[in-house]
Amino acid sequence: MKATLVLVALCATALWPSPAPSQPSAIRVGSKSFTESYILGEIVAQIIDGAGEARPERRFGLGGTGIVYGAIASGDIDVYAEYTGTIAQAILKTPAVTSVEPLRAALAPLGLTLSGPLGFENTYALAVRRDAAQRLQLRSISDLAKHPTLRAAFDPGFLERPDGWPGLKAHYGLAFADVRIMEHALTYPALANGRVDVIDVFSTDGQLARLDLVLLDDDRRFFPPYAAVLLARRAVAERFPRTWAELQGRLVGRIDTATMTRLNALADLDRRPFADVAATFLGDTARAPRAARSGRELLTPGRELVTLTVEHLELVVIAVAVAMLLGVPLGILAARRPRLAQVELMGVGVLQTIPALALLAFMIPLFGIGTVPALVALCLYALLPIVRNTHAGLASLDPRLVEMTTVLGLTGWRRLAWIELPLASVTIMAGIKTSAVLTVGTATLAAFIGGGGYGTLIVTGLALNDVATILRGAIPSAVLALAIHAAFEGLDRLVIPRPLRGGP
Amino acid sequence: MISLQRVTKRLGGQVVVDDVSLLIAAGTTHVLLGSSGSGKSTILRLILGLLQPDAGEVKVDADTERPSRSIGYVVQEGALYPHLTVARNVALAARAEGWEDARQRTRLRALAELAGLDGELLDRYPAELSGGQRQRVGLMRALMLDPPILLLDEPLGALDPITRAELQTQLVRIFGELRKTVVLVTHDVREAFVFGAGITLLNHGRVVQHGTFADLARRPASPFVAEFLRAQAPPPEMTREL
Repeated sequence: MKATLVLVALCATALWPSPAPSQPSAIRVGSKSFTESYILGEIVAQIIDGAGEARPERRFGLGGTGIVYGAIASGDIDVYAEYTGTIAQAILKTPAVTSVEPLRAALAPLGLTLSGPLGFENTYALAVRRDAAQRLQLRSISDLAKHPTLRAAFDPGFLERPDGWPGLKAHYGLAFADVRIMEHALTYPALANGRVDVIDVFSTDGQLARLDLVLLDDDRRFFPPYAAVLLARRAVAERFPRTWAELQGRLVGRIDTATMTRLNALADLDRRPFADVAATFLGDTARAPRAARSGRELLTPGRELVTLTVEHLELVVIAVAVAMLLGVPLGILAARRPRLAQVELMGVGVLQTIPALALLAFMIPLFGIGTVPALVALCLYALLPIVRNTHAGLASLDPRLVEMTTVLGLTGWRRLAWIELPLASVTIMAGIKTSAVLTVGTATLAAFIGGGGYGTLIVTGLALNDVATILRGAIPSAVLALAIHAAFEGLDRLVIPRPLRGGP
Repeated sequence: MISLQRVTKRLGGQVVVDDVSLLIAAGTTHVLLGSSGSGKSTILRLILGLLQPDAGEVKVDADTERPSRSIGYVVQEGALYPHLTVARNVALAARAEGWEDARQRTRLRALAELAGLDGELLDRYPAELSGGQRQRVGLMRALMLDPPILLLDEPLGALDPITRAELQTQLVRIFGELRKTVVLVTHDVREAFVFGAGITLLNHGRVVQHGTFADLARRPASPFVAEFLRAQAPPPEMTREL
């Protein structure tokens, strides 16, 4: 009876309506999850706010190109900052087309449009220390070919991509004494300490403004141009012409490489909030407080924690509740039909092998971005431990006890509800507990598709390489995992018959 | 009445019951005697309908729709459900039949008295009982719906000698009072002697001999019968000393 009540309560939670869709007068601004993209997103949002035609709605930190482009293609966001090279290569798959006009023409049938170039490029470049550059007379990448004793450290992405190290090496005929794989944020200290001589950088990295480095000239034009532009839905640009004109007027040709590098440094190195950095650029400090009202940046830590905890709990509770409602019956079905069990357990197993981020990305064409696709992905992820434990719990019952149900005339649901489920309850609850605790962790990834929760801070912190911000998300997440575990220990008392519970 | 006619059953590619014919009259107690692997437990499960014969015919005077009303089944150590109290374990079949609580309670008290179980134990869980008490509860559960047929598979198998002797005496009394058709499976020659008017000795799935204990002892159908009986007999010197 108690178990039934708990189930009913969970059902009710699962069916609770998700937040209403955004009002039509909003322009939804997206960003990828790295510093520059956040800053440009914030600048765009503040200009929209200033134009007064529509309210900006911030959907920042949407992972990489796949997710954020998926979001604009499916109409979940209206505008974000992108790079021409990315549009050509990753979106349109026409690497030869690189200038804005033909790209804009190619995007038109997709309902999208481009602003003019903002004025800077964020492309791969190779950097060396200034003293080394002077000593070895290094000005361009070609010059490196004369010094095969140099040591390099490259970030994993650069090392793999055809438009990274493999192509560059062939194009310039380069060879180094040592090439190491290193996390991007760590290559700068390695170079500064003299442990390596050459690193790959993005041409607008904030670090470049502070360290005494020389960017080598791409004299044989290997790196494709990555000019920053705004990618927007045409319908929105046409519906809010004044805003679109304002965005173009204040941004096109207005942000040069030095400016963008300086803005990145303000956020990355000085730990200034994105809204502040954006306001600094716009030279309008009066706007920063207005942005604070809608942006998450300037919430007080307490309010922020409460909001994120509610969002995170919502994700976990609904996902696990739905996974229970699906998973326990699926596990029962598998225990009843051994042949089906093979297929079923393999199916949920395969779901688990899909990397969480990829699963989230698959959800975008189906459900857009935000809470709903995050819930669907989390729910699929939460299934495996529940289905597997329900199946294992039922399949491993003492066959003499199961046989006796037939002798006693217990059939169908009575056999299940009176005997089998209570006997398997320890195993089933263990599966649900595992699933819930895992989901608390996995739910932090929901932020990559705008699902909210503690992940919002982790994604921002990762972008800023700011451990304090990451911990502001990660620690509450760990605490919540412990709390959920404790809550389920309590639930065990309601669900598992006393003689089957271990311990005192 | 229970009858098996030329029944054969294979399990996992092995013949465990081989061309067995058996007739047990209503109201009598019959013992299936044999060592492990002789097929005696499989015969009980064929009578229960848990298994279907590969050849031959099993006929039981039972409600085929609801065999639980017709046949009670007791196994070694009781096979009680650990998550249910004694009372709940015993009353399961009655609950499935939709008996009212009061009727269940009355029946429980009567059964506890019959089986010699302290009424206070009804609210305990099986793990809190002794082996002999669990066996009594298993018997009560089998008798809950007062079925005309009672099948017992090594009911005294896992008990210490004193409890076993005590329970053995009580079972003989209970079977006498209830006048049910009882089929009891055992490997123990002395149990067969105590319980059985009729004994069927089985070996490797085949019937070796039907008869009373006296028949088996005095006119063994094969050297195996004499050997089986003698193997479990106490040495004469020991009997003299006792």
